[in-house]
Amino acid sequence: MDQFTLNLLVIGASFALYFGIAFWARAGSTAEFYAAGQGVGPVVNGMATAADWMSAASFISMAGLIAFGGYNNSVFLMGWTGGYVLLALLLAPYLRKFGKFTVPEFVGTFARFLEVSTTTGLLIGSAVVFAYAVFGGMKGITYTQVAQYIVLICAYTVPALFISLSLTGNIFPQLGFIGSYAPTGGDVYFLDKLDQVVTDLGFAAYTADTSNMLNMFLVTMSLMIGTAGLPHVIIRFFTVAKVSDARISAGWALVFIALLYTVAPAVGSMARLNITTTFWPGAIDGETFSKPALSIAEIDSNPDLTWIRNWEKTGLLAFTDKNGDGLIQYFNEPAPLVAANKALADATAALAAAPADADKAPLEAAVAAATTARDAVLAEATLGGQTLAAQGIVGNELTTVNNDIMVLANPEIAALPGWVIALVAAGGLAAALSTAAGLLLAISSAISHDLIKGALKPDISEKGELLAARISMAFAIVLATWLGLDPPGFAAQVVALAFGLAAATIFPVLMMGIFSTFVTKEGAIVGMIVGLVSTAVYIFLYLGWFFIPGTNMLPNTPDAHFLGISPAAFGPIGAILNFVTAYLVSTMTKAPPQDVQDLIQSIRVPKGAGAAQVH
Amino acid sequence: MADKSSSSAYWAANLRVIFISLAIWFICSFGIGILLRPALSGISIGGADIGFWFAQNGSIYVFLVLIFVYAAKMNKIDRDHGVEE
Repeated sequence: MDQFTLNLLVIGASFALYFGIAFWARAGSTAEFYAAGQGVGPVVNGMATAADWMSAASFISMAGLIAFGGYNNSVFLMGWTGGYVLLALLLAPYLRKFGKFTVPEFVGTFARFLEVSTTTGLLIGSAVVFAYAVFGGMKGITYTQVAQYIVLICAYTVPALFISLSLTGNIFPQLGFIGSYAPTGGDVYFLDKLDQVVTDLGFAAYTADTSNMLNMFLVTMSLMIGTAGLPHVIIRFFTVAKVSDARISAGWALVFIALLYTVAPAVGSMARLNITTTFWPGAIDGETFSKPALSIAEIDSNPDLTWIRNWEKTGLLAFTDKNGDGLIQYFNEPAPLVAANKALADATAALAAAPADADKAPLEAAVAAATTARDAVLAEATLGGQTLAAQGIVGNELTTVNNDIMVLANPEIAALPGWVIALVAAGGLAAALSTAAGLLLAISSAISHDLIKGALKPDISEKGELLAARISMAFAIVLATWLGLDPPGFAAQVVALAFGLAAATIFPVLMMGIFSTFVTKEGAIVGMIVGLVSTAVYIFLYLGWFFIPGTNMLPNTPDAHFLGISPAAFGPIGAILNFVTAYLVSTMTKAPPQDVQDLIQSIRVPKGAGAAQVH
Repeated sequence: MADKSSSSAYWAANLRVIFISLAIWFICSFGIGILLRPALSGISIGGADIGFWFAQNGSIYVFLVLIFVYAAKMNKIDRDHGVEE
């Protein structure tokens, strides 16, 4: 059976499972549509929350970010799990109403596995979510997400078990990545081996300390308090029956999230070593430069390396044999070489663009000067103890290695069996579908429950509201698909913005609402505006006003950042401004009325929570 | 709802648990994982130094234990003050 058929079979089977569950658990009432009735236990709720939380970004991108960022990108591991501690301690037991929706995201990267275009892949994915989300509501989504969690966690951990066993001799990746490196006999730690190989090639060591502790601290804090302020996560804690269940639900959610998050650094570091040693085969069981770099002839003849050409087609991996020696030399170009190569490319482009009748002599002289300057750099820079010039190397020839292929191509890089590759495809889809469905539910309930029933037509019947919820869900899916077909193209910035803004606005307001009887309505509103505006302005200064390219007023580089604080790290500062403003305004305005103070007192005590859930 | 004096005692007990839990939460992630990493670089866990391990794996395990201990403690406090559901 070929890989394509295998992919179709595994993905098809997983879709059939989701449909079956959605049909079995279809919603019969608005209570079931919005909140799965009251019948969801903490373990099921925790698993569904985990699937909802771990989007395609967690599944695909995080390990790649860690692989190339090393210790610095531990912020994602601590940030996206530590937020659940805040949820469990500070929010879940006290929440009674939910916020508004988040911008839905949907990914079409999986098109490659189905061998269809990205557009077709997106349309297929939307149709699947449409079919089960519109009929199932929260109840259907919750139980479908349980199945999706199981598919995605298997897809993530099974390849990791295989790879950990082969690289470290330990089947548990969490132990393997701090254990010893097996192929050389086990007398070197795996992390030391990885550091050695990547520093040989001029990259920063994987475990190298951060160059900016303040920024790392703030980014972690931003992700943590942002997690505790994201509406589609918070909404989960309304689906459990009791306050004690809400506390433990956050714990169960973290159990299922931790299964993936503790494996992620092992996946990242092992994939990094595997892809590096693929291009420098000598590094597998000896010194990095003991054998020549991978040859193009090998790429085209070795059946274990067909993935290189396959992923090259997607543009996520790219290489060019710049010096024509038939080998692909992969290394980190030192800064002077990057600059010299760019100057040469610019001069060459200027010469090529000159009109036929122009005087080309000065342009040709510029190219010659740039070539001389570049050759001088090559004569200075070294790789493996010899100058680049002596080895005939003119630059790094593995020009693109996208973060995402560290998970998606991981089983292929490690030459694992075909069914594991198919499983990863199904797992990535499960992650994308479960998150999309959760976000869509938050949108549709905001429209049908808050807008239609709450404001426009309060006397709407139970049946009518259920219909309205289904129609608005259908519209939300169509809208999300349309946005996905023509993506705005700033996913990473939106993630930074979403967490930073949630950290600076929603989290402080929730905290003050629960823990303070002093802060007034005016204080909370002004505080939120200050948190929102300060964070948004700081992000826009470096990333462009409303992300419009070219409108940024400062370059987005560490040197230009205020005190080295990156835009993604500003959330906690916005939150502090929010708190301080709210406090100051509250001292100047009238104390909250007695009924509000009584409400805050009653929120603090679990007894009577059942009554508050009927709305 | 319980009477006022018992509810403020309940709230004080609740805040104490939250405060201790948040201190542990902060020390393992921001403390050992980030701020103290250079100072603790001599201590290793397998092939990693303790700060690196806490940043990539250890904090997550502590978070897990923390939430379950917190939930158990709070359920007991709920019962002791007669405010459980």
